Amino acid sequence: MDATEIGLWGVPLAILGGAIRVSTPFIFVSLGEAITERSGRINLGLEGTLVFGAMTAYAVAVMTGSPWLGLTAAAFAGLCFGLFHGWICKFRGVNDIAIGIALMLFGSGLAFFFGKPFIQPSAPDLPAIPFGAWSDIPQVQAALDVNVLFLIGAALAVFLWWAFRNTRAGLILRVVGDSSDAARAMGLNPDTVRLIATGVGGALAGIGGAYLSLYYPGSWTEGISSGQGLMAVALVIFARWNPLGCFAAALLFGGAGALGPALQSVGVTQGYYLFYAAPYILTLIIMIATSSPSRSLAGAPGELSITK
Amino acid sequence: MIDRFMLSRRQLLKTSAAGAAFGLASASFPISRALAAAATVGFIYVGPKDDYGYNQAHAEGAAALKGIDGINIVEEENVPETVDVQKTMESMINLDGASLIFPTSFGYFDPHMLAMCAKFPDVQFRHCGGMWNKDKHPMNAGSYFGYIGMGQYLNGVVAGHTSKTKKLGFVAAKPIPQVLLNINSFLLGARSVDPTITCQVIFTGEWSLAVKEAEATNALVDQGIDVVTCHVDSPKVVVETAAGRGAFVCGYHANQSPLAPEKYLTGAEWNWAKVYKMFVDDLVAGKPLPNFTRGGLADGFVKMSPLGPAVSEAARKQFDATLAEMTKGGFSVIKGPLKSNKGGVVATEGQAFAETAIELESMDYLVEGVVGSTA
Repeated sequence: MDATEIGLWGVPLAILGGAIRVSTPFIFVSLGEAITERSGRINLGLEGTLVFGAMTAYAVAVMTGSPWLGLTAAAFAGLCFGLFHGWICKFRGVNDIAIGIALMLFGSGLAFFFGKPFIQPSAPDLPAIPFGAWSDIPQVQAALDVNVLFLIGAALAVFLWWAFRNTRAGLILRVVGDSSDAARAMGLNPDTVRLIATGVGGALAGIGGAYLSLYYPGSWTEGISSGQGLMAVALVIFARWNPLGCFAAALLFGGAGALGPALQSVGVTQGYYLFYAAPYILTLIIMIATSSPSRSLAGAPGELSITK
Repeated sequence: MIDRFMLSRRQLLKTSAAGAAFGLASASFPISRALAAAATVGFIYVGPKDDYGYNQAHAEGAAALKGIDGINIVEEENVPETVDVQKTMESMINLDGASLIFPTSFGYFDPHMLAMCAKFPDVQFRHCGGMWNKDKHPMNAGSYFGYIGMGQYLNGVVAGHTSKTKKLGFVAAKPIPQVLLNINSFLLGARSVDPTITCQVIFTGEWSLAVKEAEATNALVDQGIDVVTCHVDSPKVVVETAAGRGAFVCGYHANQSPLAPEKYLTGAEWNWAKVYKMFVDDLVAGKPLPNFTRGGLADGFVKMSPLGPAVSEAARKQFDATLAEMTKGGFSVIKGPLKSNKGGVVATEGQAFAETAIELESMDYLVEGVVGSTA
């Protein structure tokens, strides 16, 4: 391997590389959750869906040798979890947050149970596109190895942003999310719309899980997610239910997460626990800066149980 | 102490008798089996049993006991270092009749295992690590550990020969003495080959954080580091990420060579089967169990992975010579003159700490040549 010295350039490069590598699960889970929450439901179970998706993708990829089949299976598993959440929540008096927490534990537990035999074997990875091929610096090449899922996630964010405003489906979703009564007056069935929205959200979270186990870090272990699904749900509120905001927030978290290891690698070794807390401190600061006691959260769907 | 132990054995027999009676009463156990299970040994793991790492090493040790007559093994994995582990220990004692328990993770000791020691004075507890102290802790507790730093020194020897950039990397979980000793040993092993070699350490802050470990490995390779090792619970992510970036790796805890056959140099592995057999033999023979158990390469507590295909002839020679010297016993990794990376004196000229030196179990420094900080 080429021993190119890049020294302090390693830090911005690691943040860039980290933003691209680490952010993808955040992007998918938060976009999925944005769709679900726009319909007026919260699905906290996406952490469980993420872990189950990671396990399913890995298991199917090991058994069939095809990461794409694994990805499809993960999306399908996520869809099932989402539809299950959506179906239960349609009954009267059911609290979507409580069901979400139950599904989070259920999804992780089920993934651990079925995932036992797959901790040891190695699965084929999803392919990456070498955008850094123009550079002869190996570090730059490595940082710019961009997985196709990241690109799909970016495109999806733009598409959803456009679709929420400009399509009939987007309009229906927003109406249901803002007022069930208005939706019913329009002849829409809010439960069906929410069922579909939660299902799609779950499928996207499953894809996020597939990225974790099939690309980065690229193996199935029970600690693979370490709470990323929950963080992504929080990102949606942070991003004010805006898909482009979700994408930006996911990048921010990915980059900030890479800061700690990168600083240590160039010799800034004091206080690394503080650097590791950087993403959370950043969130707190932005939340405080943008909050206001006199108005409700801008962009919050009116039917959301946390804002009602 | 022996008297106390005899008492506890009597209690133990009473418990097993009760267990046998229960077995008869429920009529589901044949008599022979109930009597044959003279002792039940419990193992508690913090992660999955097949993690290519710390827990797998312990579970392989536990599995080696399964053939022993009269010994019944109960295991529980994924037990967090919280009050959960107390519940696990209680149920192993009350429901399974365990008379000897191995809580294998560092954080199980205080306050969880100590609380159980007080609650069940007749049950023996042995904790993996260096925490037990005869002045402070009960006699039905104890600790066992291996001098795996020696293995990391050997890793360092091979890494020193293999590295072209003369920069090594270490992904570490937390700055506790055992981890620091491993980092220092790895570097000193490499410096026995070339005294200009440095080792960059990155602490992730937790025993198992897959994404952060991958980021840390990438950051190390970005800095031109070409041999990486680690001390985290499951080295799988580090090994795969480093090999994926083209760096060589030295393993830890268990043999990870199937994950990266071309890039895997060697690895420092536990051989807990040996240690657990010792304890269980004592238990079966009715002898008191030792409270303080340590051993290294010479005692078979620690072993090395077979050398990989990328290891050069020179490296192999020095590896074999160093290993031979270590198995004779009395080998010192930390020997003077040696400074810490903050400039403090660690060992003066002529001063040497053998692997058995108890001072090493309270290590709080990184030696000169390690780039990193303990806080």
